Amino acid sequence: MNTTRKYELVYVLAPEVSEEGVTELHAQIEATVARFEGQIEKSENWGRRRLAYEIGPHKEGIYLLEFINGSGELMKEIDRRLRVNEQVLRHLVVRVDEELRAVERARSRRQADAQRRVARGLPAEPPPARREAGELDQDTDEGEEA
Amino acid sequence: MADEQRRSGQGGRSGRGGGGRAGAERGTGQRRSLFRRRKLCKFCVEKIDHIDYKDVRMLTPFVPDRGKILPRRISGVCAAHQRRLQTAIKRARQLALIPYVAD
Repeated sequence: MNTTRKYELVYVLAPEVSEEGVTELHAQIEATVARFEGQIEKSENWGRRRLAYEIGPHKEGIYLLEFINGSGELMKEIDRRLRVNEQVLRHLVVRVDEELRAVERARSRRQADAQRRVARGLPAEPPPARREAGELDQDTDEGEEA
Repeated sequence: MADEQRRSGQGGRSGRGGGGRAGAERGTGQRRSLFRRRKLCKFCVEKIDHIDYKDVRMLTPFVPDRGKILPRRISGVCAAHQRRLQTAIKRARQLALIPYVAD
């Protein structure tokens, strides 16, 4: 069984691609996703943007973004298709579920910390200097207070 | 108040040379803050857990005109965030959101 993962797909089309061309390619991706029993969570169109560097003759690109839930097989197929397509200047597939989980963990840890501090009658935020400084610096802390 | 800790930590290790300075610093206290402010990790301070490669505005301060990634000894970003910043910048480069090199 293929496990479902979260991916982000960004692809950049040549600026001369028409509206229809954009929707057509999007439909193609949708079809591929459907065939592999994934789903598109969200799509974004950033429109025309200046490229940071020239890609061949192009100075602009049409940026499109898809958030896809699906298997690795699916993303491999999408990657292959975009690679072959000459309208696509650049594309990038990034697996994001693990990152999102890490972010979630960091957030809840911070929240728990704050709650614990409040429960002990401290302000929710630790004093910034202590936090960052760590052991090495404690002597200097005293020095500066004196 | 919160300036200089990291630096004086290193000064202690480097021994002899740092010794005299550290002594003087005790006396003057505030004085040293005039010379260098302690840098703080922007991402820790603002509690940004996720450094997104799509967010060009977040990345540009760390990519000076030349196009190179700003070293953390200058930006003050902590090691963990610098690592994530680095992958974000590299991804953004692939998508032509940020230059690899500029002129």
